[in-house]
Amino acid sequence: MSAYNFAYLDEQTKRMIRRAILKGLAIPGYQVPFASREMPMPYGWGTGGVQVTASVLMPEDTLKVIDQGADDTTNAVSIRRFFERTAGVAVTEATVEASVIQTRHRIPEEPLQAGQILVYQVPIPEPLRFLEPSEVETRKMHSLEEYGLMHVKLYEDISQHGAIATAYAYPVKVEGRYVMDPSPIPKFDNPKLEMEAIQLFGAGREQRIYAIPPFTQVVSLDFDDYPFAPTKADHACDLCGAEDSYLDELIVDDAGGRMFMCSDTDYCLTRRKAGHIGAQGVPYEEASV
Amino acid sequence: MYVAVKGGERAIDNAHAWLAEERRGDTAVADLSVAQIREQLSLAVNRVMAEGSLYDADLAALAIKQSRGDLIEAIFLIRAYRTTLPRFGGSLPVDTEDMACDRRISATFKDAPGGQVLGPTFDYTHRLLDFKLAADGEIGEVPQAPARDTATPHIMSFLDREDLIQPEPAGEATPPDLTRTPLELPADRALRLQALTRGDEGFILGMAYSTQRGYARNHAFVAELRIGTVPVEMEIPELGFSIDIGEINLTECETVNQFQGSKTNPPQFTRGYGLVFGMSERKAISMALVDRALRWKELGEDNVGAPAQDEEFVLYHADNIQATGFLEHIKLPHYVDFQSELELIRKLRREATQMQEAAE
Repeated sequence: MSAYNFAYLDEQTKRMIRRAILKGLAIPGYQVPFASREMPMPYGWGTGGVQVTASVLMPEDTLKVIDQGADDTTNAVSIRRFFERTAGVAVTEATVEASVIQTRHRIPEEPLQAGQILVYQVPIPEPLRFLEPSEVETRKMHSLEEYGLMHVKLYEDISQHGAIATAYAYPVKVEGRYVMDPSPIPKFDNPKLEMEAIQLFGAGREQRIYAIPPFTQVVSLDFDDYPFAPTKADHACDLCGAEDSYLDELIVDDAGGRMFMCSDTDYCLTRRKAGHIGAQGVPYEEASV
Repeated sequence: MYVAVKGGERAIDNAHAWLAEERRGDTAVADLSVAQIREQLSLAVNRVMAEGSLYDADLAALAIKQSRGDLIEAIFLIRAYRTTLPRFGGSLPVDTEDMACDRRISATFKDAPGGQVLGPTFDYTHRLLDFKLAADGEIGEVPQAPARDTATPHIMSFLDREDLIQPEPAGEATPPDLTRTPLELPADRALRLQALTRGDEGFILGMAYSTQRGYARNHAFVAELRIGTVPVEMEIPELGFSIDIGEINLTECETVNQFQGSKTNPPQFTRGYGLVFGMSERKAISMALVDRALRWKELGEDNVGAPAQDEEFVLYHADNIQATGFLEHIKLPHYVDFQSELELIRKLRREATQMQEAAE
């Protein structure tokens, strides 16, 4: 792969993206337009995240890539391999060992530390998009801080369903100014958006980058009488017994039997290695034979 | 006991190997060469060059081979390659007046200087399957004519002399580059034309067709359609003058559209414009119609709410690489989002059922 620059993108492009990232960090939650490049993977498959990762990656970095919380889902494998080939950086599945983590749809369970960067893949960066399809209009709404439409939507949810009917990509307000789409993470993850690490969001097809600097205030939108509540399946992980992690539901037999396991595969494995066993789990050594 | 599903890496490797085997097909049949695709599937090559925004017939042919004939996949390969190339300068604008035309027709004048030249067109073929072609692809004697050495002036220039056609304001010296700066709206015409020429042929065709059927109808006549090669010139700073760096094949379509005027301004025809790499006349004509529809504001027309008049709608949805990527991404895992919806719908149903029961 010597025909390509370190981490695939040429330095001019990286410079352009880094400037967008810095602007994003300076105006938390604001969507910065950037000249997204065509990547050798399809739009919608993480090209925004990949461009952001390529621009922040240094040769000494250790990269982790997750999709749905798991390191071994096919697209996570594919993106990790892309950076192994084009950047030759060290890769890991351990959250604590990674300096850069690219993610789709989850925030790792293990709290992130200062010095780490979490890069999100974003499909639709505009939190107001499904209320107002025009980009010209939504940009105007952001600049005027005109978010009434969003509150009306949440209110209508309550009047129709008795609860706010948004389960993922739950809108947040960043540092009291911009309403932001946290990407399609489950709302269970929303409280983790206030963290020590840098969070960068890349939307390739929509040509937007935005960011949350460390220790930034991130508030999930709600009402006093209908406060925001993060939710997860009312079970413990059947493999490691964790009660505090977000769970995937699996259909395990023809009768429709279910089991639940951590969506964060590294969190689950780390717990199992430490001797935690869930209802259907086995000791770690036995399973790995 | 349950062991979590693993094996993504091996599955990917095996899928790639199978794909390679399928691409090759039956090995008893000779392998298709890139040159064969370039020479014998040239209209596919043209489309890949136009929508890939890269004028290189050999690479386009290779992409078609690699993509098993899936042209959007081939366009994607070309785009992904193109994005890695440095931009080392811009050419001078090509002058289509100097085009060596293979084809040049006008629907508005029976004859004009330069004449009507049909060229290699499907237009008057009867669409009957040629079974002889299945047996052998040899062609008979092809009559030759000497190349014309007189200029082929644009038909529009004749209307221009009479002030019958709306004048075109000169654009910026260097138009913006859609592939280097993010698309921000409102876009100027140069940027719109750029987006249209690399937009999906089917999408642009559909949009153009919708204007013909009454969604912002603009009464287009094809004043001229010309296909041929033009030289590409570039100024070399070290030399201080411009030199030819090659030539490209282009299709250009100029439409003359419904006139407008007022009590003070006598009526004038308006124009639409299409310019596409290669021989791509369906695309060039479609582009001209959509261009014209998008000009409603500058020409002082009403926005009738037609899709083809909506710049944001057209420009944001014309790119097939963006569209296909986002469309197909929904087959990627979405367990996490779906799980959160599952929990929500179970909770809402539980509460609704409890309320129903309480009411009974």
